[in-house]
Amino acid sequence: MAVAQTDIETLATADKPRGYWSGVGRRFLKDKVAVAAGCVAGGLILMAIFAPWVAPQDPFDGTMIRRLSPIGTEGYPLGADELGRDMLSRLIYGARLSLFMGVTPVLIAFVIGSAIGIAAGYAGGWVNSITMRVLDVFYAFPSVLLAIAISGALGAGILNGLLSLTVVFIPPIARVAESVTTAVRKLEYIEAARASGASAFTIVRAHVLGNVLGPIFVYATSLISVSMILAAGLSFLGLGVSPPNPEWGLMLNTLRNAIYVQPWLAALPGVMIFLTSISFNMLSDGLRSAMDIKQ
Amino acid sequence: MTQPLVEVSDLTVTFQGTPPVHAVNGVSFTLAQGEVLGILGESGSGKSVTLKTLLRLLPERRTRIGGKVAVEGRDVLALEGRALADHRGGVVSMIFQDPGLALDPVYTIGRQIAETVIRHEGVSRSTAMARALEMLELVRIPSAKRRLSNYPHEMSGGMRQRAMIALALACKPKLLLADEPTTALDATVQIQILLLLRELQREMGMGVIFVTHDIGVAVEVSDKLAVMYAGSFVETGSVAEIIRDARHPYSQGLLAANLVGAEPGALLKAIPGAPPALHAPPVGCAFAPRCELAGPRCGADPLPLWQARGDRWARCVAAAEAAVPSHAEP
Repeated sequence: MAVAQTDIETLATADKPRGYWSGVGRRFLKDKVAVAAGCVAGGLILMAIFAPWVAPQDPFDGTMIRRLSPIGTEGYPLGADELGRDMLSRLIYGARLSLFMGVTPVLIAFVIGSAIGIAAGYAGGWVNSITMRVLDVFYAFPSVLLAIAISGALGAGILNGLLSLTVVFIPPIARVAESVTTAVRKLEYIEAARASGASAFTIVRAHVLGNVLGPIFVYATSLISVSMILAAGLSFLGLGVSPPNPEWGLMLNTLRNAIYVQPWLAALPGVMIFLTSISFNMLSDGLRSAMDIKQ
Repeated sequence: MTQPLVEVSDLTVTFQGTPPVHAVNGVSFTLAQGEVLGILGESGSGKSVTLKTLLRLLPERRTRIGGKVAVEGRDVLALEGRALADHRGGVVSMIFQDPGLALDPVYTIGRQIAETVIRHEGVSRSTAMARALEMLELVRIPSAKRRLSNYPHEMSGGMRQRAMIALALACKPKLLLADEPTTALDATVQIQILLLLRELQREMGMGVIFVTHDIGVAVEVSDKLAVMYAGSFVETGSVAEIIRDARHPYSQGLLAANLVGAEPGALLKAIPGAPPALHAPPVGCAFAPRCELAGPRCGADPLPLWQARGDRWARCVAAAEAAVPSHAEP
């Protein structure tokens, strides 16, 4: 009977129903660059967590004798900084604060920014206009300037640094959330959900959130590298982390005077910042293409 | 007395804006339990808007709705909150034109059906899943059990539309609204879906309002037809009456612009011109600018009506005039 006929193609795929996320994982693993970036990023995170076990020396222990030892010195494979502290250990410990300053503000901004953006996007109309215009005010400042201004006003310190970076990242995340939500809100399945009697809350929770969080998350991961660079910048200016804590931006600042004596040594914290930010960026690019169903 | 399932009288829908759009202008019809009404018209004639009014799906702030819409005697336009949510999906449900867009891509088919069942009947998740399976079997999706855990993008268009129908019927609605459900499908799948819909409609005794621009599709599924133009019904009647004996020039034009019986190489007979923009409510006959029989009397308001029975009529001056002698005979 005609109605009961099945097409072979659909039967074949029905044999192994695959979830959305397993599909994403499969596509992600095919992307060599993204996998490599993911390994580097994962390695950095592990390194930060297990710093006390990985680091060969105490990062705070310095002597004047070893000041600015070059790379390759016996027992100090990456040399020593301007106070004679082991560079390798300081770089490893520095990952803790640097990654923390990179990830935390983005995470907080992700939660707050998504909430604002999704609410504005789903409400639409004048609520949307007012919210987005207010956020546009923050947009008018370059992000570095805004971070410096807020940090400068609040004073130095890790917490104030975090706060200023969070404020910097809320507007762009809210903006992305708003545009994605506005696009999703007009789709037919939202109307179909309304037609089947779903309340506004259910629609936002199930149908809007489910379709919107992925793209926002991917965008947020690309901000991690920016956040790290900004945090390093704040520390460099003396607004974020204060000495003697190891942090890559701060180390870059204090080693700046040694650039004519030991240029390679002075560049090392910069290399770490570069490595981390590029691996997070490529990781987020890989995620973005893996999550795109339409390809 | 038997109450009609749907009673719409003098429905008008205006989208406020600059300029405003008078999308529906005085539509009235009734639908009995278990009856299928096909609404036939071209794009922008107000078919979908009429359907969406029955579910109150139109944007509240920008839309002004006039007239009366009742389903099972309840005034749809006055429903609020909980009652409205129960109405949507519980009493009336809808299948959409493109199932690829109307199913949420991040949930499995089973989950989407189960959600609706839980929402309306407050049953447990496992009961709801069992119902979802039952529904997929009802719409004859092969290996239904595995299909439950499929995502919409893993299915073909025809399967997706079946899933959409399963979703719409999951709560045993009294009235099913179908908004061009086969337009996005290819011809062979189209007929399967139509047959399935017809069969399920008979089995469940639902009322169905079926909107389409395809006259062949409308004939296949409907008991009675309404031809819609520029936001108004211009002619209604049973399928046979409209096919054999269309009175309105627009209905005749639609029937003539058909591939069936067309000479190879000959031009198809098309209706010249385009529908009006509807920035103001039409006065007189909206079809007059495109009509071969148009004359000065087509501007009359209200237009004369040719009517044979309660639901067999055409709103056309020419039809009314032509009919006078034949009706005077007996």
